[in-house]
Amino acid sequence: MPRYANNIAALKALIQPERVHRDVYTDPEIFRLEMRHLFANTWVYVGHASQIPNPGDYLTTDIGDQPVMASRHTDGSIHVFYNRCPHKGVKIASETCGNTGKFFRCPYHAWSFKTNGSLLAIPLKKGYDGTGLEETEAVRGLSPVGATHIYRDFIFARLAKTGVDFETFFGESLSSIDNMIDRSPEGKLVLEGAPLRYMHPCNWKMLVENQTDTCHPMVAHESSAGTAISVWEREQAKGGPKPMAVEVYAPFMAPYDFFDKMGLRVWPNGHGHTGVTTSIHADYSAVPGYFEKMVEAYGEERAREILGENRHNTIYFPNIMVKGPIQTLRVFKPIAADKTLVESYTFRLVGAPDLLFERTLMYNRLINAPTSIVGHDDLEMYERAQIGLHANGYEWVNVQRLYEPGEPEDVTAIAGGTSERQMRNQFSAWIKYMLMSMPEGNADDSKFHEAAE
Amino acid sequence: MTEITERDLIDFVYREARLLDELRYEEWLALYAEDAHYWMPAEWQQTDPRLQASLMYEDMLLLRIRVERLGGARTFSQKPKSRSHHVLQLPQVDEINPAENRYRTWTAFNYSETRGDEFNIYSGWARHELRVEDGALKIVLKRVDLVNFDAPFGNIQLFM
Repeated sequence: MPRYANNIAALKALIQPERVHRDVYTDPEIFRLEMRHLFANTWVYVGHASQIPNPGDYLTTDIGDQPVMASRHTDGSIHVFYNRCPHKGVKIASETCGNTGKFFRCPYHAWSFKTNGSLLAIPLKKGYDGTGLEETEAVRGLSPVGATHIYRDFIFARLAKTGVDFETFFGESLSSIDNMIDRSPEGKLVLEGAPLRYMHPCNWKMLVENQTDTCHPMVAHESSAGTAISVWEREQAKGGPKPMAVEVYAPFMAPYDFFDKMGLRVWPNGHGHTGVTTSIHADYSAVPGYFEKMVEAYGEERAREILGENRHNTIYFPNIMVKGPIQTLRVFKPIAADKTLVESYTFRLVGAPDLLFERTLMYNRLINAPTSIVGHDDLEMYERAQIGLHANGYEWVNVQRLYEPGEPEDVTAIAGGTSERQMRNQFSAWIKYMLMSMPEGNADDSKFHEAAE
Repeated sequence: MTEITERDLIDFVYREARLLDELRYEEWLALYAEDAHYWMPAEWQQTDPRLQASLMYEDMLLLRIRVERLGGARTFSQKPKSRSHHVLQLPQVDEINPAENRYRTWTAFNYSETRGDEFNIYSGWARHELRVEDGALKIVLKRVDLVNFDAPFGNIQLFM
């Protein structure tokens, strides 16, 4: 018996200013509603244009539980459509990245489509004469998503045909993507290196929340970062410069005070970031030759401004995190209420020394790989939370840290770095986008199809 | 100079796996040269550990951090502890080169790792590059290529 579908009061009751009900993490019906509403009404990251530089190039991914692909058309434009043949439903593109040539051809019955998704040809088309096929959606070709927007090579899509436009949805939060791109002397990023893929037996929101949780590193990561520091202190006697890996690990053990002072900023629609004044990425050793190239490209003042912005983690609601100073992007792909695939991507700063990309790759494998000891620390906590939430003694998750009664929602604001305000900000957006297309009282949920198709 | 036979190389690879399965990590680390690396590529037929993505590319400092962490009082992902199991195919000797002090083997393996009620199995190939130091073989590079290097794994906490 569905409890939440189109039951707006029941859904609203899950989100209180300072706590959220456990069902948002554990309930399969909530998960299904997230796929139908939240992931249809929001702008979701699809991929990066550098993955599909040439006509005929495509990439495949999922928006929520919907298989989609992005395709580079002959005129250079990028199109995002559902990865499904209109004939029998067969997935058209099966590889994560590839080139289809001049057209897509369904491997089952050879219906073919231009690289902008429109129908090219159907074999033995005479067999459809007089059948009314022309009147169906099938002849339109591959169904496009509701809306597509490419921002400085970052491809985003909204499944719903109508809704909040791209600029309104992201607003000033795009400044974190800007900073990551501006760190290239040529103002250009290339997605390079295989993504590290890591399966998590927990709800996707736990991962998103953890990105701006600054009260866990010195506790949960004492085992990895703390050990890294103690082993290094012992090995230091052997001489030599501080290794890059120690520079990556050590700041995770920074004290509460450091994280508090680095600050946190929230933006409307669930976006936000940690590291307003400084961050754990601010004190890495300089990469020889890089600053000079930046000065040459931007002038000294602007170069210092770009490199002085050391944001920690930026959440683009609902499900990606960007690290500008490190050039990584993590996608938290929901698979089930208790299952999330994390894919961590790396970018090369075009025109910057190789050593920067080497550091990006090192960061990714030390922190985001399934073989990462920092990853092991975190996943252990998510897994225990996913199990612990089933305990009936208390049904709420607390997000109250540095909460002030009457705290305004859906605004731009600065808070202390140890605040849980970004988590509250995400839940404020969560309920907004869950309810945006939900009719009240009709449990069959059929209105979704009008919104998303 | 010690003469290294094919048998010595095979025994060495087997012994490494046994030390790992018996959780004798300090003795395991002692099999590695001070400038050694343990490498798990994340791409097919990968050539570069620095400018291509890897699951692991660790020097002795990082391996020591891992080993020390496994026994740490606040290493919560090791409560309960993990255990490992290697099944090795007979190592093939690819190079015996006393002149350049370089010895190489290639070993197909199945590896399983367990923790609590979890049990996962991995398949791949291990390549050892060894050299003789003070009369004993030492690992210079251990490269572990998983057959499904691009799959989304859960935690892999021990060593293959």
